[in-house]
Amino acid sequence: MSFIIKGETGDWETVIGLEVHAQVVSKSKLFSAAPTTFGAEPNTQVSFVDAGMPGMLPVINDVCVEYAVRTGLGLKARINNRSVFARKNYFYADLPQGYQISQFELPIVGEGTLILDMPDGESREVGIERLHLEQDAGKSIHDLHPDKTFIDLNRCGVALMEIVSKPDMRSPDEAGAYLRKLRSIVRYLETCDGNMDEGSMRCDANVSVRPVGSDELRTRCEIKNVNSVRFVMQAIEHEARRHVDVYEAGGDIAQETRLYDTSKSETRPMRSKEFAHDYRYFPDPDLLPLEFDDAYVEEIRSTLPELPDDKKERFMADYSLSAYDAGVLVVEKETAAYFEDVASGRDAKVVANWVISNLFGALNKKGLSISDSPVSALNLGKLIDLISDETISGRIAKEVFEVMVDEGKDPDAIVEEKGLRQITDTGPIEDAIVKVMEESPGKVEEYRGGKDKLIGWFVGQVMKQTGGKANPGMVNDLLRKKLAE
Amino acid sequence: MTDLISLDLAGAREGLNNGDFSAVELTQAHIKAMGAHRDLNTFITETPDLAIERAKEADHNRQQDQAGDLEGIPLGIKDLFCTEGVLTTAASHILDGFTPPYESTVTAKLKEAGAIFLGKTNLDEFAMGSSNESSHYGPVHNPWKANGDPRVLVPGGSSGGSAAAVAAHLCLGATGTDTGGSIRQPASFCGVVGMKPTYGRCSRWGIVAFSSSLDQAGPMTRTVRDAAILLNAMAGHDPKDSTSADASVPDFEAALTGDVKGLRIGIPAEYRPDGLNSEIATLWGKGVSWLKDAGAEIVEITLPHTKYALPTYYIVAPAEASSNLARYDGVRFGLRVEGESLDDMYSKTRAAGFGDEVKRRVLIGTYALSAGYYDAYYLKAQKVRQLIYQDFISAFDSVDAILTPTTPSPAFPIGEKSDDPVSMYLNDVFTVPASLAGLPGISVPAGLSGDGLPLGLQVLTKRWDEETVFRVAGVLEEAAAFPGLPLTGEG
Repeated sequence: MSFIIKGETGDWETVIGLEVHAQVVSKSKLFSAAPTTFGAEPNTQVSFVDAGMPGMLPVINDVCVEYAVRTGLGLKARINNRSVFARKNYFYADLPQGYQISQFELPIVGEGTLILDMPDGESREVGIERLHLEQDAGKSIHDLHPDKTFIDLNRCGVALMEIVSKPDMRSPDEAGAYLRKLRSIVRYLETCDGNMDEGSMRCDANVSVRPVGSDELRTRCEIKNVNSVRFVMQAIEHEARRHVDVYEAGGDIAQETRLYDTSKSETRPMRSKEFAHDYRYFPDPDLLPLEFDDAYVEEIRSTLPELPDDKKERFMADYSLSAYDAGVLVVEKETAAYFEDVASGRDAKVVANWVISNLFGALNKKGLSISDSPVSALNLGKLIDLISDETISGRIAKEVFEVMVDEGKDPDAIVEEKGLRQITDTGPIEDAIVKVMEESPGKVEEYRGGKDKLIGWFVGQVMKQTGGKANPGMVNDLLRKKLAE
Repeated sequence: MTDLISLDLAGAREGLNNGDFSAVELTQAHIKAMGAHRDLNTFITETPDLAIERAKEADHNRQQDQAGDLEGIPLGIKDLFCTEGVLTTAASHILDGFTPPYESTVTAKLKEAGAIFLGKTNLDEFAMGSSNESSHYGPVHNPWKANGDPRVLVPGGSSGGSAAAVAAHLCLGATGTDTGGSIRQPASFCGVVGMKPTYGRCSRWGIVAFSSSLDQAGPMTRTVRDAAILLNAMAGHDPKDSTSADASVPDFEAALTGDVKGLRIGIPAEYRPDGLNSEIATLWGKGVSWLKDAGAEIVEITLPHTKYALPTYYIVAPAEASSNLARYDGVRFGLRVEGESLDDMYSKTRAAGFGDEVKRRVLIGTYALSAGYYDAYYLKAQKVRQLIYQDFISAFDSVDAILTPTTPSPAFPIGEKSDDPVSMYLNDVFTVPASLAGLPGISVPAGLSGDGLPLGLQVLTKRWDEETVFRVAGVLEEAAAFPGLPLTGEG
């Protein structure tokens, strides 16, 4: 799926690299014992370490190390048995220490890969440059007072994994697919909850353009802190078009940090003061290098769940699903598990179809996740059984499904209550056929005169007569017989 | 009560154990001495009421047979250690009114052992200095004066308040911190014992940070035995300090065997530069013969990278300091000078809050870490630091301890070097190499200059071998029979 910007001077290709900050789901912070609960009263989850009090020292939280390694393994990345924490120095009111403890030259995780599942079922590989651990800063709140800024340090010191991709993406769609896939992987691994709206996954996008066919890397701009997949995609598109416009007008792109204004759909430069830092990185002398052996890594590897790529392959192999269907079903492991529950002992393709076309649609409409689905896997299975044992038709099944979505009931009960059981006695069906034929002698004539296509019309009429409950196959057979008499 | 303040720590411990006097009496005697010597400016904050209260508890504990190792022993605490509920200043204007809600690990351990804190001792601002003249609270006066010279001398630094208070018998011992010599150099200038343990031996948690990879707490006392006793109470692994070593703490007092027979003592050629003060050279020679007479083997050694130690230190320490001091921004505690904007408030607060020496080091450190200079300065300094460490490692293949002078000169008058930072920095030329290498070291008062000023000798060993440091120091102390400051009663 190519994304080519047609300019006046020629075609342009976009080069995209993403930096994602994923908040580690640890109970306490990266270097202090303060809790990390989201949404607590301001400044209630702050230790003396987080507040940068004199003489306080950081102590690494082992859980965060484990989760970073776990995430690295999920990204098929090289794990560095020795990494170093460094201080990134800058002054800001929500950064009490005056530096952020991060990793610079030696990150805990090195190069890896991530596979994008594109909507057309195609796959693309994107390189991971590195993953490192770092502290989050606090929050500055500028809009509570006309000339004061309020500071909330609850978030200060919370562990983040900064996951940096290589500049391997070429379209906003790929960037979107990257973020969705990354979110899927960290959720499988349970190392980050992936909620972009709560800020537990944030994205900076590096964007540049070049003429199609060129392999140069032109000056990039970094778009900071975009908080949804959709906005990241929009921001990239706008930024790429801006670059093309600048180049085609004979101008040059300056390397800078920009913000995406969602209300105006444009990017604009941050004030230079907001980013013009020499961070003076140096190894944090309060912390020893982070070292562990291969056995530690292997122990973590042994606890990894089946990840989306493997699951997708298994679904294609075991259930004969298309790449697209399998890809959609494995995005969330809860969905995949739901599917497998229903598919067990049933026709997997039928089940996949029900889950993707019907269940997803219904959940989307109600804004629910699979874990809150009013239709349980057990009940969806029963519904599919009712179709396959011909208790109800596919059409009736859709009606029953709607009731299930609204009321969460067992499909057997719905069929009984509403009397939707399929009519499979020949008697009532024949009665209905006779009635239809008597009411429309002209159509019978036409059919018998060779207009075979009219069979569909007759089937429809008979179904109408029976309130849709007649077994369509039987209606078909009996009709043909009667009409042929 | 003069007799009570004439006791050393071990003697006071014995007197308390024997019931010769109470902790309250002992504490009162020291409070009185502290009050009588305010002219020395050794304490920034005195806490006599807390001390008496604590002394009563100590007496009670002793009656109940629950006395800790330092039960009832009055100490001075360098005002770089955070003390819960007691003003902690680091001798800086920028920490105005800062009363920590927490207690540093080292002082907590001392309290746990039953020690009594008389107050917080003066120091160079943020421990940056070798003369105590950079304190926002004014310079400390060395209780010693040169014969026939009325000029007031510096006590050395940065732990100058602790050294002077111990020398003047205002407390039985004090805590210090040593980054490049801040325990050993003032100990030498004031004629007391100053011990810097191996980096990682004492927790840094709750000590206002100057240079994290160098800072180390240690004891300052009038005898080597007292230093061993005090260090035993201060040392130990602390999970709250990642650089604190998970190593068992030996009984340092038991290491004072008085026997150095067969011990190999290294004498590094590089510590005898051209133009070394002849009195210092002579004293060093005496130290060598004392140890030789006691049966030690003297070995000439070489530490070839010694000359790079001082410049290396003045990159590493300011670099770390520039980052460690970023937290003093006027936002959450201490001094704030309001400004037009956040940046303006930072600038005004830090301009008003930091003294010249601190500003100088923050600027040097910021420069050394800046883009384009990092490799040439900080990275290079780290490499040289490694070479200096290797020098010592190689030397310790052939020797058990190293003997050097502590300082290149005796104490100098206040104001003499305050306009010349480089000559001030040269004070630490003999102490800095061991700091960079993380080695334990001690300064033992070993004699008097021709003018009657104290001079110290330094003993260094490999990491974690404080026992040998104490053992050698004990023999030197015995041989030197250093007179100590004559007690004048009313000062």
